[in-house]
Amino acid sequence: MLSGVLLFNQKGELLIMRAFRQDMRPRLADVFRIQVISNAQIRSPILTLGSTTFSHIKNENLYIVGVSKGNVNAALVFEFLYKLAGLGKAYFGRFDEEAVKTNFVMVYELLDEILDFGYPQGTDAETLKMYITTEGVKSERALEDSSKITMQATGALSWRRDGIKYRKNEAFVDVIEDVNLLVSASGTVLRADVNGTIDMRAYLSGTPECKFGLNDKLTLGENGAGTDLSMQTSTKGGKKASKAAAGSVTLEDVSLHQCVKLSSFTNDRTISFIPPDGSFQLMTYRATENVNLPFKVHAIVNEVGKTKVEYSIGIRANYGNKLYATNVVVKIPTPLNTASTTHRASQGKAKYEPSENAIVWKIARFTGQSEYVLTAEAALSAMTTHKAWSRPPLSMQFSLLMFTSSGLLVRYLKVFEKGNYSSVKWVRYMTRAGSYEIRF
Amino acid sequence: MSFAKGSNEDAKLFARGKVAELRQELNAAGGKKDKGFLNKKIALKKIVANMTMSNNDMLALFPDVVGVMQLPSLEIKKMCYLFLVNYARMKPEIALKALPILLADLEDSNPLMRALALRTISYIHVRQFVESTLQPLKGLLKDNDPYVRKTAAFCVAKLYDHDRALVEGSDLIDRLNMMLRDENPTVVTSSLAALMDIWERSETIKFSIDYGNASKIVQILPDCSEWGQTYILEALTSYVPQDTSEAALLAERITPRLSHTNSAVVLTCIRVILYLMNYIESERTISALCAKLSPPLVTLLSKGPEIQYLALRNALLILQRRPEVLRNDIRVFFCKYNDPIYVKVTKLELIFMLATEKNIKEVLTELREYATEIDVHFVRKSVRAIGKLAIKIEPAARLCITTLLELVATKVSYIVQEATVVIKNIFRKYPNQYESIISTLCENLDSLDEPEAKAAMIWVIGQYADRIDNSEVLLEDFLDSWTDEPHEVQLALLTATVKLFIQRPTKAQDLVPKVLKWATEETDNPDLRDRGYMYWRLLSSNPAAARSIVMGEKPPITAESEKLDPITLEEMCLVVGTLATVYLKPVHMVFRSTRVRRLQDSPALQKTKLPSYLAAQQAKLLTDTNGGAVQANGHAPAAGANGDVLDEADAYFASIGTQPLQMSSNGDFESSLTTAGGMEQTYVVNQGQGLGQAPPMMHASHGDGDLLGL
Repeated sequence: MLSGVLLFNQKGELLIMRAFRQDMRPRLADVFRIQVISNAQIRSPILTLGSTTFSHIKNENLYIVGVSKGNVNAALVFEFLYKLAGLGKAYFGRFDEEAVKTNFVMVYELLDEILDFGYPQGTDAETLKMYITTEGVKSERALEDSSKITMQATGALSWRRDGIKYRKNEAFVDVIEDVNLLVSASGTVLRADVNGTIDMRAYLSGTPECKFGLNDKLTLGENGAGTDLSMQTSTKGGKKASKAAAGSVTLEDVSLHQCVKLSSFTNDRTISFIPPDGSFQLMTYRATENVNLPFKVHAIVNEVGKTKVEYSIGIRANYGNKLYATNVVVKIPTPLNTASTTHRASQGKAKYEPSENAIVWKIARFTGQSEYVLTAEAALSAMTTHKAWSRPPLSMQFSLLMFTSSGLLVRYLKVFEKGNYSSVKWVRYMTRAGSYEIRF
Repeated sequence: MSFAKGSNEDAKLFARGKVAELRQELNAAGGKKDKGFLNKKIALKKIVANMTMSNNDMLALFPDVVGVMQLPSLEIKKMCYLFLVNYARMKPEIALKALPILLADLEDSNPLMRALALRTISYIHVRQFVESTLQPLKGLLKDNDPYVRKTAAFCVAKLYDHDRALVEGSDLIDRLNMMLRDENPTVVTSSLAALMDIWERSETIKFSIDYGNASKIVQILPDCSEWGQTYILEALTSYVPQDTSEAALLAERITPRLSHTNSAVVLTCIRVILYLMNYIESERTISALCAKLSPPLVTLLSKGPEIQYLALRNALLILQRRPEVLRNDIRVFFCKYNDPIYVKVTKLELIFMLATEKNIKEVLTELREYATEIDVHFVRKSVRAIGKLAIKIEPAARLCITTLLELVATKVSYIVQEATVVIKNIFRKYPNQYESIISTLCENLDSLDEPEAKAAMIWVIGQYADRIDNSEVLLEDFLDSWTDEPHEVQLALLTATVKLFIQRPTKAQDLVPKVLKWATEETDNPDLRDRGYMYWRLLSSNPAAARSIVMGEKPPITAESEKLDPITLEEMCLVVGTLATVYLKPVHMVFRSTRVRRLQDSPALQKTKLPSYLAAQQAKLLTDTNGGAVQANGHAPAAGANGDVLDEADAYFASIGTQPLQMSSNGDFESSLTTAGGMEQTYVVNQGQGLGQAPPMMHASHGDGDLLGL
């Protein structure tokens, strides 16, 4: 597995270096600095030199690097690096150069705990916080305390500690969807899909068993997840139609948090779990059928000779008129040699941003069913060599509450606990722009 | 945030310090005044920071650090241990003073302390440390605390790394084996990971799992951490199914893991399922399993770009072994504008592979879009992909050519050049069909400045000399810069001139002797000289033979040559998710010393369905029918960008069977139908860089030299 872990800042200064195997040498840090950080040509997150491989991710202003020998599991390496970044965030608020410099001893301590001989160990922040803290690290800790910790760190329920108590039992569910869209210049939708996440904040006492129900179609994918392989696709067509009629959603695929019992999910689609305390990501899913696009964009862009580009951008909100989107930002690319622009927007404010080579049109509040238009003109400066403009796509950002592009709804959330307390549950929906691009 | 609070001071500690000052600080800050050893902690923190920044300077402080090691503070102890792990190897004699402290901690009543000491002591590569760990370790493997037991399990693998003989001579490995029956899932997965680590490096130890064991570890999967699940799944490829129903059952039992949020679990699970499929007889079961693999693979595309990249590279692999996976999903691989370039390039390769007659329109519109992007390398690859699609999908050739001509019309130099190269290949694939576009090509002669594009254009002129009215003028233009051209272009010029002479003797009467003279007398390149002499001799002794050789029938080219050869493919599918799959090269080519995995024989193995078996059958069939004369399909010579002599030579060598050489060129994913002298050249490039900067970097840094790599 991993031979060592390195952290660099943007400039290539080494902040953390921890070796887990004999074959990790200090000079490998220099090799990475020279071959990757100061090499503008580098275009891959993985670099193999001899038998040594450097796998890196970037987080804030840090390079997080895993060094390995031989043909290791690359997915494991990257997942671990992501996890390390996440853990840093959970501990220090954010995981950047400053946080690492402030907490370097702690980072070493964490690394020692979450990697043994280069193999990832327990990485649950909740559990780690029980015994790795800056304050109150005491070797004199009572013995039974330690045993409790070690049980927690190796047990089946490593994500939840015992004896959690709340006066008011509450659970918040956030359904957040990133809708991705790519429309061709001729107006056909090339791809439209939804990446959804269901985040939960659970403030529940004891060991609550939760059951979660969605309006998703019973089968995943085409052949279904039924354990019975002989059950073939004869009823496929019929089922699809009837389910769609019942207002349900087809999820292409889901992935579930460690705490969800995958086997019962495979058997009968129930999402049942004992949640970690506090906030966590319960599941992510993907939907590609019947995606409701919140905005329809109509873009006309004309290059008039070599001196001018004319824009006419119309955007229509496709959701109910009681809803409204906030923070709508439309980025309209302009040629690199744009000298100045003029624009008129029927709503919101538009501004030319030379650093981004784009006219940025901001609409603070976009009410459902309304339509706004921007007309603009970009004057181009003359250039000695005329290079064709690559016409990057127009892109949008927005967030829209109480709307899901996939149509997903939470049917129920039940909490069962020995104490039999009553609990309050809240559900919130939001749709954001993932990569919402329109070519013109 | 509470953790960051109060320690803001620490940022100041992350600064370079001098050894002498740090020593003084560490030693002075003692006595009763130092409450809670606060000053000592600060001094130690500074030392730890300097350990990272200035490396070996801190070595001088070793005795002082060992001196404070015994202070009753866990924080101090942890920092001292870190120091010890870093420097013990360089100063073993000083490190030895710390040994008794560590050994005492191994018997501490606090399990966290025992584990910490054990973890630390086993990192230290000093003989005395290793030897004195052996005895206590045996006890700790049976410790009543699971946290200590799992640490002890990894400790065995660490000792094995230090001293194989010592571990092999003891009963530690047997004890480790026993721990697979532990009641605690974390201990089981740790032992499993340790055993596999040992096995990876050992020649003598065998690692095999029978159905009972496999079944047991699959049983505990739901209780394990995400990492533990990965270790279990990795171990499952060491289980050799003896019965086809066993394999099917096990595959069925692990499919729930495909919904896990950790991509390491998902990809490793895919690996195991692909592996087990080799032992499953029922086609129905296999296609049901294949259908389950698609969605999770696509879901990985919503993860971070690094994981996306990995998933895409593996999709390239899986697609070749099980084409039914991902069959309907071409749109999800369309590039987003902001995708990192390594993701885009791999998506492009997948789009190429998934393109069919049905979706070709959609694909071409998409590729046309990419061809106007900013990144030159990506644009070139897109253009090249369009050309290769024309060769891959015959009915779509006309459509592809129209798209290419649209692109040529943009007059962007690198697009025109790339298009020229691929159009040449289209001519080779479909002789005498699309000559009408030659005139369009001729309009853009001036923008050609790259050797490959020039050579391609010259080839076209030579080949169709009788149909291009002013072919001799065009050729003469190129010949003007003869002395400045690279050999690649000179070779093409030589051949084209001879072709011109053969087709229109009157026009080239003056040119031929001139060029032959240059090629034979004024060059120091042996290839050029040899070829020059050969033409000279041919033309002077037997013009009829010259014609049949120079203008002879060329062997057909296909777009299939970039596929992995069957044996490599089989081997690669056993390591899905590992680094080798990023490079799409056999494991031993990327990492020489790594153990190569192969499919183990068993009564359940579906031998007749393996790619290697099918390929062998096919080759045999061909040799039988052709009397051993013709190359197997897909082994068609991939070479020959410029000059028919190379083509002819290829045909000749193929007919006497240079299969091994061709195999090696095909096994290499980078080989393609467009380099001059394909095999040798590609082979050399990979020799130089194969181990080091493997394909993704080669893509990046060899903008024009590399092949599409599609």
